[in-house]
Amino acid sequence: MLLLKWANSWRVLANAGRQRPVRQPHGANVALGVLSAFLLAACHAEILDPGGPVGKAEGRILVDSLAIMLAIVIPTIVATLLFAWWYRASNTRAVYLPEWNFSGRIELVVWAIPIMVIILLGGVTWIGSHDLDPAKPLAAETPALEIQVVSLDWKWLFIYPKQRVASLNQLVVPAGVPLHFSLTSATVLNAFFIPRLGSMIYTMSGMVTQLNLQADNAGTFRGLSAHYSGEGFSDMHFDVRAVSANEFAGWVNTNLAEAQALDATSYALLAKPGVPAAAATYRSVDPDLFAKIVSRDLAPSAVMDTAHHASAGDRPEGK
Amino acid sequence: MWGKLSWAVIPLDQPLILVASTIVAVAIVSVLGWVIARGHLPYLWKEWLTSVDHKRIGVMYVVLALVMLLRGFSDALLMRSQQALAYNAPGYLTPEHYNQIFSAHGTMMIFFVAMPFVIGLMNFVVPLQLGVRDVAFPVLNSVGFWLTATGALLVNISLIVGEFARTGWLPYPPLSELAYSPGVGVDYYLWALQISGIGTLLAGINLVTTVLKVRAPGMNYLRMPMFCWTTLASSLLMVAAFPILTATFAMLLLDRYLGFHFFTNEGGGNVMMFMNLIWAWGHPEVYILILPAFGVFSEVLSTFSGKPLFGYKSMVAATMSICLLSFMVWLHHFFTMGAGADVNAVFGVATMVIAVPTGVKVFNWLFTMYGGRIVFATPTLWAIGFMVTFVVGGMTGVLLAVPPADFVLHNSLFLVAHFHNVIIGGVLFGAFAGYTYWFPKAFGFRLHEGLGKAAFWFWISGFYVAFMPLYWLGLMGMTRRLQHYDVAAWRPWLLVAAGGAVLIFIGIILQIAQLVVSIRQREILRDSTGDPWNGRSLEWATASPPPGFNFAVLPTVGHEEPYWRGKQGPRSQAATEAEPVYLDIEMPRNSPVGFICAFFATAMGFGLVWHIWWLVGIAFFCAYATFVVLAWRDHHEDIIPAALVARLDRANRQARSMAAARL
Repeated sequence: MLLLKWANSWRVLANAGRQRPVRQPHGANVALGVLSAFLLAACHAEILDPGGPVGKAEGRILVDSLAIMLAIVIPTIVATLLFAWWYRASNTRAVYLPEWNFSGRIELVVWAIPIMVIILLGGVTWIGSHDLDPAKPLAAETPALEIQVVSLDWKWLFIYPKQRVASLNQLVVPAGVPLHFSLTSATVLNAFFIPRLGSMIYTMSGMVTQLNLQADNAGTFRGLSAHYSGEGFSDMHFDVRAVSANEFAGWVNTNLAEAQALDATSYALLAKPGVPAAAATYRSVDPDLFAKIVSRDLAPSAVMDTAHHASAGDRPEGK
Repeated sequence: MWGKLSWAVIPLDQPLILVASTIVAVAIVSVLGWVIARGHLPYLWKEWLTSVDHKRIGVMYVVLALVMLLRGFSDALLMRSQQALAYNAPGYLTPEHYNQIFSAHGTMMIFFVAMPFVIGLMNFVVPLQLGVRDVAFPVLNSVGFWLTATGALLVNISLIVGEFARTGWLPYPPLSELAYSPGVGVDYYLWALQISGIGTLLAGINLVTTVLKVRAPGMNYLRMPMFCWTTLASSLLMVAAFPILTATFAMLLLDRYLGFHFFTNEGGGNVMMFMNLIWAWGHPEVYILILPAFGVFSEVLSTFSGKPLFGYKSMVAATMSICLLSFMVWLHHFFTMGAGADVNAVFGVATMVIAVPTGVKVFNWLFTMYGGRIVFATPTLWAIGFMVTFVVGGMTGVLLAVPPADFVLHNSLFLVAHFHNVIIGGVLFGAFAGYTYWFPKAFGFRLHEGLGKAAFWFWISGFYVAFMPLYWLGLMGMTRRLQHYDVAAWRPWLLVAAGGAVLIFIGIILQIAQLVVSIRQREILRDSTGDPWNGRSLEWATASPPPGFNFAVLPTVGHEEPYWRGKQGPRSQAATEAEPVYLDIEMPRNSPVGFICAFFATAMGFGLVWHIWWLVGIAFFCAYATFVVLAWRDHHEDIIPAALVARLDRANRQARSMAAARL
């Protein structure tokens, strides 16, 4: 048992130190595999069923950290219940030590066990934090696709600056290609999150955050805002379609040919608080649109004078 | 004249709110009516509302917490039922209403349930355990309590007059700024917490001073019971952390009232500053709550195992290192803000380091039970339930401290499950353990054991049924605060969670029944010895309920467990110990200052929320005048004559020796 634990721990350290993306089946850890399989079979746990390298690495750190800690936590729980039961007042066979309140050896062990676990987990954390820093580019041969993300009340705008197209509440990306997101908010704080691809990150007005993700295979994933942002928050989700490179090119071309233009006027409409009825696409995007949103040159001025949330305090004054 | 206030602010179109407020109003009126009709008002005023006795104030804190628990839990039931219904449907609560409910739930539970509960226990117990007659600043203590009650009242007024915040329990800007939350909800939140925050700060100052400066002769630091140590740590955190909260909210108020730009999108405001500041308070806050609970468990496990606490000095070291470390980890609440890898890693590791002293505590409790003779009274059940539950919550907490794991779990229901796991399984279980454990000390009779145990089993099973599915939902990618959703796979788990809330509801009903039945059967449950659990620390050395002066003669402490040591001699010897020499005792006089200040503070808070400036001016002036009148009083202590002290103490000694003779 202990051996297995240590083997597992070192595996974590070794894996964490390696360049992403890697996921190799590991013979040594059958128990974990069975556990994960059971968990997966049980339900649609998106976090444990990642569709890209970032999500995979994070899911693995999650499961491994959990396993390291369970090695301590389960015995503790068992011991608690066992001690409580065995030393019950009615058990005449149990020894009673009414004065026993110190043992240097036990003290040493009770300090040492958590310290050792934390040293191990601290290593996982340090390496994992650096490896999986959201701003760190993914190791890949193909250059990353640039996508600019703007959270609005209560919708997501995705701008593809190189392709000069944009989309609302749907994110179409080529599978197997690293994605580099620059994110901001035109309004309040939100968090951009695609559970099956990994890392979420805040979007903040006047600031740009960075995120690198990748979808390994074609498929549709759920994306959402993971930070509460007001009345329309529950509807602030979007579909992520990972498609083949050809399909992606086709999607871009269709938009360039057919979609409406995204300029200051159509952006002003988007900036108004509300939940859009359907996803939409745009062409001929102003290349500086994202920068203007960040610098708040395109601030949603509507916000100040129209009620963002109708509210009691706003109602007309009494006599 | 009335600022923003008008008849239109009363939500006549919302039947749910109207019914709820009517029920509350009827309850308040009928309790008041009963008090007046039975002629209890003078008693209530003289003995409770104006009392500066730390025991009475402690009890009032706990009563406030229990009443607010009902309110906070009603919100929880609404949320669980809404999410159970709102699959591909709007449910029965509009976003406007639902968003207020989760904001109010968190605010209530942290500030007006957990805080008053632990402060109440500390207030009641610490002077008794230290072997002294009162806290360092008795009138200040009363003021602190009443300001806390003011905050709770303002939050509840918002139910019917206007609205509450729709920004979550921590009002992150820019959502909480005027541009996005123009209503009075955020103002209610801010002023309620500014006022009660001052109350908490006063309580912290008072408790720190009490532990540091007011102890019985011979009670040096390393002879203090564990609960006093955790009180010291918790109160130090209150003194250090609450000013940060006050300052942060003051800045947000300046933004909202005077057009400043601390946290706005425009004019150089910065939301990241708010997050850093609020969590610089917020993380110590969770230790303010959990440390006293740790203290309760230390007392309970040691008493009911019939053994001293294992590794006392180690526990002291662990407590004080948690106190220090809790200030160094705030950033783990926003790993997803995009700070660099080094920053995230440092704060992640720092957070895990807290798990070391916490783990030591758990192991030491384990070895306190080892070799014991464990009596399974209700407090023991809460303590063991805590140990099992809390290690799970601690584990998921450390998991969330691993930044790459947090990147996929932050703000999810996994997080919600984690903090409920530690706050229910830790703070609340601790509060309930303390409530059952010290209830006979406060009132002279025990709580009904059968109902108490039944309540425990419903609470703990309800907790697991309600929150384990939330962990799972977090792994399924469900984020918190959703008013409706369209993912079919989530629904079964949300239905299970709603079932868990019902189990907890039964637990709460059993607790109410326990209180009612215990009061009705108080003669059967009477404890005349003052020491119903075979206790070890000094609070059990005096009568139950203790006289106003606690101890007729201050005990002289020569050991870590002075009362237990005293009992080790032959019982007959202890009972017939020579009668001490009784002297006059000076005790602080009752003072209505706290109540009056709170009355005006409520008026002032209400005026500030609704921009009724004349009311603000008058109320502030009156509160200040009350304080000046207090400062100029020339008669602030009463003498309890030695004869009365002797009479009370002889009765206590006689009851004890009779009880000892029966054994």
